[in-house]
Amino acid sequence: MTRGGWKFWLPLALFAFFVALVGTQLLSPAQREVESAMIGKPLPQFVLAAASPDRPGVAAVDLKDGKPRLLNIWASWCIPCAAEAPQLEALQKQGVDIVGVAIRDRPEDVAAFLARYGNPYSRIGADNLSEVQLGIGSSGVPETFIVDGKGVIRYQHIGDIRPEHVPMLLEKLREAGA
Amino acid sequence: MRLLSALCLAISLLLSGAALSAQDSMPPAPYAYRQLDDPDKEAEAKALMETLRCLKCQGQSIADSDAPMAGDMRHQVRTRIEAGESPDEIRDWLVERYGDYVSFAPRFDGATWPLFALPVVIVALALGLLWRRLGRRG
Repeated sequence: MTRGGWKFWLPLALFAFFVALVGTQLLSPAQREVESAMIGKPLPQFVLAAASPDRPGVAAVDLKDGKPRLLNIWASWCIPCAAEAPQLEALQKQGVDIVGVAIRDRPEDVAAFLARYGNPYSRIGADNLSEVQLGIGSSGVPETFIVDGKGVIRYQHIGDIRPEHVPMLLEKLREAGA
Repeated sequence: MRLLSALCLAISLLLSGAALSAQDSMPPAPYAYRQLDDPDKEAEAKALMETLRCLKCQGQSIADSDAPMAGDMRHQVRTRIEAGESPDEIRDWLVERYGDYVSFAPRFDGATWPLFALPVVIVALALGLLWRRLGRRG
């Protein structure tokens, strides 16, 4: 093996390769969103009591009536949930049925939030132990799922709904049979 | 130096304040912090909780995290263990919902087999190299 041979440089090249690999992985932002693995699968069985006195609670069977809808995972203590309220209202005005699941929320806080930001929900269930949230693979608030008329989860939107997401969600609802 | 530490304190206060404002005010789930009465079952639950990822905090296991969602996941684990489910069944239930990401225990499958095979291959190569070199000299 001569000094100029390629084998002489091999360890250095390997070392440089690993430094570059670690460097690029450190600099590239980590994937922070955890996607649900439940897309395309039916909703698990659940029954949630009402979180608000003027709306009924939510059960899985309520989402199998042939009509696709939005299942909005939210909470009154969640700041982005207030930011998406106008978009939910816009969707509701366009005839979209929105079912809410309030995560770890007190009835008085739910009432205050709805009084302040409006109530676009046809039903609101109280998920005090995050059971439904865990059951559908949601890892935060707000998240919005599209559930088709057979109760199958078709799409998951992670984070607040911004104005530019509204047409996309309407399109996804159409694809789910609206 | 004093300025630096004051700055650090201010930043940490700001960050903790921002995190607190986005927390709920509900009490923790019944079995978030309460151990199971049966010590064997509690040990089983604890071992499982240490290998499940907190989805909100991501770098921590649900056993290590005080996030409310981690508490709700511990409640799920403990009540399911209490009801007679095996740790593997509970892990599979979560993986079905969140993918392999939720588990800190890597599974041996089509995508992960190199993780297990590569160390064996490398050790074999190193032994082979060593054998050749020592053999040549001896």
